[in-house]
Amino acid sequence: MNINTLKENRRLLYEYRYELDKIEKGYSNKSLYINLSDNKISSMPVTDMMKEKFIGGKGFGLWYLWNAVKPETKWTDPDNAIVIASGPVGGITQYPGAGKSLVVTISPLTGIPIDSNVGGYFGPLLKFSGWDALEIQGKAEKDVVVFIDGNNGIIRIEEAPLEAIDAHVLGEQLTEMYADSEEDKRNIAVVTAGTAAENTLIGLLNFTFYDVRRKVTRLKQAGRGGIGTVFRDKKIKALVVKFSGVKGNLNNPADQAKINRTGLRLHREIKRFDDEQCRMRQVGTANIIEVMDEYDLLPVHNYKFGRHPDTHKIASNVFRDKFLTQGKPDGCWYGCSLSCAKAADYFELKTGPYKGDKVTVDGPEYETAAGVGANCGIFDPEYVLECNFYCDTYGIDTISFATITAFLMECYENGIINKDITGGLELTFGNQNAAMDLLHQMSRGERFGKLAGLGIRKLKKIFVEEYGADKDFLEDIGMEQKGLEYSEYLPKESLAQQGGYGLTNKGPQHDEAWLIFMDMVNNQLPSFEDKAEALHYFPMFRTWFGLMGLCKLPWNDIVPASNFSSDEPAKIPEHVQNYVDLYNGMTGNNISKEELIIQSERVYNFQRIFNIRMGHGKRENDRVPYRSVGPVTVEEYESRKDRYDTQLKEKLNIESTGKSTEEKVKILRSYREDQYEQLINAVYKRRGWTMDGIPTIEKLKEIKMDLPKLIEVVEKHL
Amino acid sequence: MLKVLNKIVERCIGCHQCEEICSQAYFKEKNIEKASLRVTEIVDSNNVLITCTQCGECIDICPVEAIYRDDRAIIRIKKEICVGCLMCVGFCNEKAMFQHDDLTEPFKCIACGLCARKCPSGAIYVEELK
Repeated sequence: MNINTLKENRRLLYEYRYELDKIEKGYSNKSLYINLSDNKISSMPVTDMMKEKFIGGKGFGLWYLWNAVKPETKWTDPDNAIVIASGPVGGITQYPGAGKSLVVTISPLTGIPIDSNVGGYFGPLLKFSGWDALEIQGKAEKDVVVFIDGNNGIIRIEEAPLEAIDAHVLGEQLTEMYADSEEDKRNIAVVTAGTAAENTLIGLLNFTFYDVRRKVTRLKQAGRGGIGTVFRDKKIKALVVKFSGVKGNLNNPADQAKINRTGLRLHREIKRFDDEQCRMRQVGTANIIEVMDEYDLLPVHNYKFGRHPDTHKIASNVFRDKFLTQGKPDGCWYGCSLSCAKAADYFELKTGPYKGDKVTVDGPEYETAAGVGANCGIFDPEYVLECNFYCDTYGIDTISFATITAFLMECYENGIINKDITGGLELTFGNQNAAMDLLHQMSRGERFGKLAGLGIRKLKKIFVEEYGADKDFLEDIGMEQKGLEYSEYLPKESLAQQGGYGLTNKGPQHDEAWLIFMDMVNNQLPSFEDKAEALHYFPMFRTWFGLMGLCKLPWNDIVPASNFSSDEPAKIPEHVQNYVDLYNGMTGNNISKEELIIQSERVYNFQRIFNIRMGHGKRENDRVPYRSVGPVTVEEYESRKDRYDTQLKEKLNIESTGKSTEEKVKILRSYREDQYEQLINAVYKRRGWTMDGIPTIEKLKEIKMDLPKLIEVVEKHL
Repeated sequence: MLKVLNKIVERCIGCHQCEEICSQAYFKEKNIEKASLRVTEIVDSNNVLITCTQCGECIDICPVEAIYRDDRAIIRIKKEICVGCLMCVGFCNEKAMFQHDDLTEPFKCIACGLCARKCPSGAIYVEELK
């Protein structure tokens, strides 16, 4: 549609003007508050307390969200807020992975805070426009676009009736509309959801960046937990920020030289080692598809198996050789030389409303290929790309879509659901046409797609109550916890990773801890105490990226030469020091690597207590489906018979001969479930929590987080 | 015709006059850390001379298309577009893209020849490549 027509049909609801200030040591020192119910816009000060206790990014998001909601607030309540924030280090251009936005809201899937870490230019440009964070509360009456002009200090809320909703169209429309010229497009960043975000609970947010070489608007996703669903429920079509004049010193760091030096060293390291290590510059995170298969860790057929003979068809080199354009600087923010945001150009769509269009499609990420591909038994790279495209533009999370579809396929193959229930979709493993139809139905809000979009937790209940399904079986195979679908690693042979998923704040997403290799492959975590230490250190360390506006990948998807002689190679000590230097160089503070962990602990415990405040976040909420712990079915047991028989003998001194597989499944289950409980005990102890998972007052005092409002929540449970 | 600064390392006497005139010309100060070539003196061996070959690999590294080949085939930086990410510095095969913490953009040799004219020993010279 013509941009002028779109503009002519806009209606200005409110305009707000503000003074432009300089950013000091990484902070603009104020946040933007927008209420869409009454079109109110105001500026909120960022206090010293916030900077000390919450740092920025996700920390600020959780703090604002806590103040926005009550314990009984539901995701659909106008009080529920969406908060987007960069962080003090966010927006530097010298160190790879420094353009992240952290998004927080009460999740439609879990009822507790979800946080998602996303690339694209919005977070940094928001900060350079004068805002450390953006909090949006309330609901608009009709679809709106919020526009922030960061060079002129103007914010507008406008009704936008004619703009598209699907992200790849809307991103282009708004980039075109707000840019003064082709050269100006790089200064526009757009946040959108998509049509399926309106009809499902697994909606995501797309964050754009303009690709100056391809001349297209690229999309990065805040995927997990249904944030896009909340966004559309608030009737937001898009958020747009415009800021021109990005330079490497806009954060006014305390020590620019330290930041330059640290960034330059990592650029050189990536140049030297990436080709022989992870090949992030060639294939992005997809480099591990075949690695996961090799180690029996790739989720196949709803996490039943860890490998498949057809994995080679969706291996990373297939994407590299046949689809991904090489040699482009594919960073999702300036200066990311790891450049993992790969793209397939001129990809012709075969299905759906954009059939026949030639589009630029993301990557795919490992999670997407593993999920919509292997986990659903589909090994067609073109399907993976097309499914990725439609999930993004429709605004739904590829991970939840994949895990839901895999669950439905197993239900279908077990006769729990059938064609009458699915409206004709033959959801067997490997049926890519049915899976694609399901996705298109989600966009249209039709039939079985709308039901599937409720997520596994609600589907289990519906299948039991309406179709008489075996509740216990569904609890075993439905790969969700806290209401969030599992991401795409097979945790059942690694106890530490079972905890890495199960003992998370937001639900089973691997961004807190990925310990499979340390635990299962390298056997570096033999005791419960070792596992608990890892399940303390790594979640805290990884939380820190989200406080800063940073990406996790340049921490350990590239490894320096020094690591091979390091005492603690899994921590990548040289890179930990880089992060200490970046924070100190930015803020002028002088933290140590130990204090870095305490910074995270404050926010991590805050989030845990937030969960408890919302009625979740205790031991019972850290239970996991047995599919993530061990073999649920005879078929699964027999697929790894030798491993399991050996374990019975070595761990329990039980001979497998003479026992039926059913008996062995039962014995192994009892053992593994007990192991998981023991792991919880050890981890809670290490984290300073009670055996019911409640942070103790002593712990809160120790980390200087004994805020009265937190004490008030935990006291009720101690 | 491409003009490139070239070198005969055996002739370098380590006087640093080339670096001084370069920084003086482009940054109005005698500061060899702000020169677009670099001389590192080596005891008991030839000095190391870093000069830009105008190979242009940095063009594709730059995320904002700030680096381009001009109509004399010289690689140049559009400072107004550059975001100072230093990727071109980190990825230069010759280590001939330079940065200084006083400056927000990197800098490089444009084969102007000032240094070659200043060099007392003929260690650097502008070569015309076909």
